[in-house]
Amino acid sequence: MSTLLKPKTAAELRDVYLRQEMMPTIFCDGCGLGNVLNYTLWALDELQVDLDQVVFVSGIGCSSRLSGYVNADGMHTTHGRALSFASGIKAANPNLKVIVFTGDGDGAGIGGNHLLHTIRRNMDMTVILVNNYIYGMTGGQSAPTTPIGGLSTTTPYGNVEYPMDICALALALEAPYVARWTVNQPYPPIKSIAQGIAKRGFALIEMLVPCPTAYGGRNGLKGVEAIWQWYRENTVLLDDFEHIMEFGTLEEQEEIKHKLKVGVLRDTERESFEERWAKLVEQVKL
Amino acid sequence: MDRALIRRALGDKVQFIQGDDACAYGALLAGCNFFAGYPITPATEVAEQMSILLPLVGGCYIQMEDEIASMGALVGASWTGAKTMTSTSGPGFSLMQENLGYAIMTETPCVVVNVQRSGPSTGQPTMGAYGDMMQARWGTHGDHEIIMLCPASIQESLDLTIVAFNLSEQFRTPVLLFIDGELGHMRERLVIPDEDELELVERPMFNGQGKYLPFATDASLVPTFAPFGSGHRTYVTGLTHNEQGLPRSSSAEIHDKLVRRLADKINNHRDQIIRYEEFYADDCDIAIITYGITARTCRDVVEQARSKGIKVGMLRLITIWPFPDDTVARWSECVQAILVPEMNLGQMIHPIREAVAGRCKVAPLFRIGGEIHTPVEILTALEELQCQLC
Amino acid sequence: MRQEIRICGFGGQGVITASVILGKAAAVYDNLIACQSQSYGPEARGGAARAEVIIDDKPIGCPGVHVADILIAMSIEAFTRYGRDVKPDGTIIIDPDLVVIPDLPERAYPIPATRIAENLGNTVVANIVMLGAVTAITGVVSEEAIHASTIKSVPARFKELNERALAAGIAAGHELKGLGRG
Repeated sequence: MSTLLKPKTAAELRDVYLRQEMMPTIFCDGCGLGNVLNYTLWALDELQVDLDQVVFVSGIGCSSRLSGYVNADGMHTTHGRALSFASGIKAANPNLKVIVFTGDGDGAGIGGNHLLHTIRRNMDMTVILVNNYIYGMTGGQSAPTTPIGGLSTTTPYGNVEYPMDICALALALEAPYVARWTVNQPYPPIKSIAQGIAKRGFALIEMLVPCPTAYGGRNGLKGVEAIWQWYRENTVLLDDFEHIMEFGTLEEQEEIKHKLKVGVLRDTERESFEERWAKLVEQVKL
Repeated sequence: MDRALIRRALGDKVQFIQGDDACAYGALLAGCNFFAGYPITPATEVAEQMSILLPLVGGCYIQMEDEIASMGALVGASWTGAKTMTSTSGPGFSLMQENLGYAIMTETPCVVVNVQRSGPSTGQPTMGAYGDMMQARWGTHGDHEIIMLCPASIQESLDLTIVAFNLSEQFRTPVLLFIDGELGHMRERLVIPDEDELELVERPMFNGQGKYLPFATDASLVPTFAPFGSGHRTYVTGLTHNEQGLPRSSSAEIHDKLVRRLADKINNHRDQIIRYEEFYADDCDIAIITYGITARTCRDVVEQARSKGIKVGMLRLITIWPFPDDTVARWSECVQAILVPEMNLGQMIHPIREAVAGRCKVAPLFRIGGEIHTPVEILTALEELQCQLC
Repeated sequence: MRQEIRICGFGGQGVITASVILGKAAAVYDNLIACQSQSYGPEARGGAARAEVIIDDKPIGCPGVHVADILIAMSIEAFTRYGRDVKPDGTIIIDPDLVVIPDLPERAYPIPATRIAENLGNTVVANIVMLGAVTAITGVVSEEAIHASTIKSVPARFKELNERALAAGIAAGHELKGLGRG
């Protein structure tokens, strides 16, 4: 329907991709969700995707509001169930591109089982899972990703549970594309989201974003700069990690050993559910 | 989908098959091209049959990780324009409530078959019951109306599945088709209707005139549909939304208007939705009000009782929800007592009592445990009722 | 003419298959009304299996069988449990090699279906032998209908075996009926 131009400015990007009636967003100052939306729009623009053929699906939570801001078909579903709806959309009409926005609570907590099985089936979709270590929309309760000792309104004495590594789960289930990025580095996530959208099969992009309102301040990270600094100190690029583990000194290796690896953790090919189903129908159809 | 292909996939015109299979056949004839489900006794055969049939006609079958996901997938697929169905039994139906409510709120056509078994909880998986009649009505949270049909034979399981799809498309709302474990696994002769005997209804589509407002309606109270991918960039949310589909969850006015319309679009069309069957309506002192498999035994007993001089009539409910309270009220004006046999501890007796409003006696005859009522116990209940009236 | 038939035995004997073939013979090939139902334990094999068929020339209301017109018992347990729930003028057909009890009622027709099937090369068709015998003894469905229904219901590669089983059952049934047993 619309003619896609390659926007050069943020204003042009806004005019082409955003649903003006939904502005302003509900996001707090310092929230990383706006950045994630930005990166996604740049990626779409880079690929020159026809927005009429994209469906944005989300569950419930702050990150799940992202689907409503994009001027495309969208489905804001029930808590944790976005991937079920997305699977139905994609299976029924494989011509549509499906992009899911979800959070750590929505996607890995209440929706954990759906995540597991959607990856297992290798549904062709791009899942941008925004991880802020907390249930933000309900005011800061502990999530399946909250670090040990993390403070939240439901772990007032510190979290005793082990957090889950969402990318490790996706890797174990052989998702063909898995990447993790922090929101303070704009260019790699844009490229990575574009790769995920172009990938046939399940692509998971975990974005670590700050929630200054419900997590940061309570955990000694006042202001968004403090959280960005925390990312710098606690994450390591996958390439750097591998290089240091091979060539670095023992001291250097010791320093990065426990850091969270960011980067493209896997990029491979695997036939999707839709492709396999189409082949089956080809074989058995009357 | 290719109609000739569908007909070929179903095989012989006359068959001897189970209720579960008849539902699957009905779905295919109605144009169902997407099924998502999860195995559960005694509904598994519906899914199995769909997994056989759908690939033959180019449709899609997907086994989900649970019933929550099945219901979600149904809604997603329906928004691409697909005709969708799932099947389950009590425990699975409990899990579907969340996304069933979403389907109601987002006006998504889909059909849910529940082959009921007894509960609470796991209960008696292989035995029939009618324990979910009220869960069907009020299982999902919030104010809403629901459409539900209850067949009493294998042929009717096929016929009413088609009706369920038609109502679902016409009113853009989930429709429930409820049988039970007994009927689901029972076999009878099934005659597959010819193409010219089928009346299929499709959801009202957007005609392309002017700006598309996905939740604006005319006098029908049913909005027009444009599938995902058609360029209209529709936003669908379970939040209270305006005609454009955008969230307006803090507006009392918009919420009131939306939720009342969702109820009215069903309630204002009760005459098109409600189906029932009457026997000896003009010539009876006692009525049996019944539904589902129990109605078959009741039908035999009505004749037995009348031959013994007890003037009994029978009202068989086919549409359970919306409840035909006008019809029940009319019966209550003509009889002295109403017997309500149910395969539960009393569910439909409540709306029956409400509709009767004290005009006549309402007597329960409840049976649980998995066995259907025997003719003798129903006849005995009628005789006792007759004695009390004398 | 409502005829209530109960077929029982243990899982794996093809009790339910037999009931489906019988019902189909009546409903599809004899233009009668039939209603078949079953119950079985959670075990796929070995547990008790029971199936019921009602055959009538007018619509069938109550789908339940309480006191049967025809009982076919293929195990001791089945006979012990259901042997009494038969109408006084009803028909009882048993496999005498499996229902070995001292006080078998005089009217029971002994059809050694499993042995006959074994002689045909496969005990799996014992249920079809039984169907042949039931047809011959009771005439509840026609021989043409039970034949057509059997062929329609079994895998093509076993067509011949099943036809022989059915014929052997029909012959055994006619023989007993001729002897005036029952």
